[in-house]
Amino acid sequence: MSYLLRSWQGAVALLLCLLALTQLPLLGPEAPLPVGSGATSVILLLIAGGALASFLPIPSAALAAILFVAAHGAAWLLIGSVDGNEGHAGSAFFLLVAASWLLGWRCITVLADIEPNGRAAETVLRLLIPAIFGAWILILWEAGTRGAGVPFILLPPPSAIGERIGNSLPILAADVRQTIFKAVLFGYVVGCAAGFAVAILADRVTFLRRGVLPIANLMSALPIIGVAPIMVMWFGFDWQSKAAVVIVMTFFPMLVNTIAGLGAAGAMERDLMRSYASDYWQTLVKLRLPAAMPFVFNALKINSTLALIGAIVAEFFGTPIVGMGFRISTEIGRMNVDMVWAEIAVAAVIGSVFYGVVALAERATTFWHPSNRGG
Amino acid sequence: MTSSPSPVVSARKLGLTFQTGDGPVHALSDVDLEVAKGDFVSFIGPSGCGKTTFLRVVADLEKNTSGEITVNGMTPEEARKARAYGYVFQAPALYPWRTIEKNIALPLEIMGHAPAERAERIERTLDLVNLSGFGKKYPWQLSGGMQQRASIARALAFDADLLLMDEPFGALDEIVRDHLNEQLLKLWAATQKTICFVTHSIPEAVYLSTKIVVMSPRPGRVTDVIESTLPRERPLDIRETPEFLEIAHRVREGLRAGHSYEE
Repeated sequence: MSYLLRSWQGAVALLLCLLALTQLPLLGPEAPLPVGSGATSVILLLIAGGALASFLPIPSAALAAILFVAAHGAAWLLIGSVDGNEGHAGSAFFLLVAASWLLGWRCITVLADIEPNGRAAETVLRLLIPAIFGAWILILWEAGTRGAGVPFILLPPPSAIGERIGNSLPILAADVRQTIFKAVLFGYVVGCAAGFAVAILADRVTFLRRGVLPIANLMSALPIIGVAPIMVMWFGFDWQSKAAVVIVMTFFPMLVNTIAGLGAAGAMERDLMRSYASDYWQTLVKLRLPAAMPFVFNALKINSTLALIGAIVAEFFGTPIVGMGFRISTEIGRMNVDMVWAEIAVAAVIGSVFYGVVALAERATTFWHPSNRGG
Repeated sequence: MTSSPSPVVSARKLGLTFQTGDGPVHALSDVDLEVAKGDFVSFIGPSGCGKTTFLRVVADLEKNTSGEITVNGMTPEEARKARAYGYVFQAPALYPWRTIEKNIALPLEIMGHAPAERAERIERTLDLVNLSGFGKKYPWQLSGGMQQRASIARALAFDADLLLMDEPFGALDEIVRDHLNEQLLKLWAATQKTICFVTHSIPEAVYLSTKIVVMSPRPGRVTDVIESTLPRERPLDIRETPEFLEIAHRVREGLRAGHSYEE
């Protein structure tokens, strides 16, 4: 019993294997390319072997390796078996997919419990765990859509999306250049800089402080769907109008956060500056801006995702025939759903990298903040 | 060293009233006080007696509403603009994004000292507070006592003759406190500064001071000024001597009198 408790995922996986045995073959009777009993028994052996190994007191690293091979090997063979047989998978197929997913889960659990000894091991683990996690989302997506034969228009399998990305690199690159490197970057930089500058101006000039916040508040409430077509009227079809939308979207979070940040320095720290007879700009540069940096970076991070959304949505309202938003809106009309997903995937990767770069800069700048100090 | 004709701080009928929602609060009323050059003056009293407020008026962090006060013969504002004093707060108030060195450099940067001179002064003041070798650390990497010493170094760095200290050791444990008190006396002897020191500890006040100002609350006022008869050279065990205990007794009496007056 205690062996079973060591790995409930392994126990359930074994159970699922037994259930699958009663439901064989893997594919329905009309499958054009039936799977031989050899391949089926290899899959069953892999899963059962991995599940049994998870009960044994093997060193964590070795166990993780065994589970990794068993789970991914079985998944690989299972997905291979529906190649050409899309939509003909039987219940045994899904039971075995679920069983190998459980082994993958066990593998992550084992990895997560390892106490890394050394920097390199720690880095590897930190990357490996989310990588396996992400891979299983793709595996389940692939097995589910192809095994059950989900219509391509509803949800294409990730392999088809990957293939589309591979085949459309020049188009994707042109779209990224148009949307990201022109509209998003320009709008982001100008919007954030403007928000920052106006915040400092409002801090210095009292009447602005009273007047600017309500107006800025109103601006932030403007619906992007309404603003975008107007910006296209004002600034034309090309990237400038999208950059304008991004500026409108990123300005306000930066303004509000910077104003909040400028108030973040403590009373004692301000008194200290006063006791030195420090002037406004010295206090600003040496105390209030450094103290505001956590707030400013908060805005930069929020804006990194807002800018991407703004630019893509703005392209729905008239663009030259290039750009990520343009591609999404036209390809969905032509039922090329894989291209839409390809753009979404590229946007997600770029958005993550963008966010990651800002987060790294934040850690370098606000290393002193209690949330970043570490040990 | 000895009292010179023009006092460092001179208050006449000094009063400060805060207007609050519950009516006026008399933080200070009718305070008459002189602090001579080279004095170590402690302000002691229960909370609300105006000891911190008095220090803040001297520092021009608050404005008196009545009476007169001069610092080095000037108004507090002129004195502040002339960078006449260094202020040590209840907490270290070191900037966490600056190393200890850079924190001490802060007033020097603001006052426009040249980099070479800055480096020389940082080294000298770090040595004064026994923190040599810790200049490259960040404040949050040091203990509370070390942080407070660093903040004293920062107040000393620009060589103001007057040091205003507002319960600088209030948050520290007694062992660290004894140690820092001893160091502070050495520092005072070495730099010959005038020190105004707010505390709520009787032994601390008696041990450190040449003059003890006993204050009481509602309204904040001075009830007794005790000139210490202890020698300037004070080892820690002076606190066991009858002379010390007698002064402590007088301070305690003064505090009690201030309270009974109210109740």
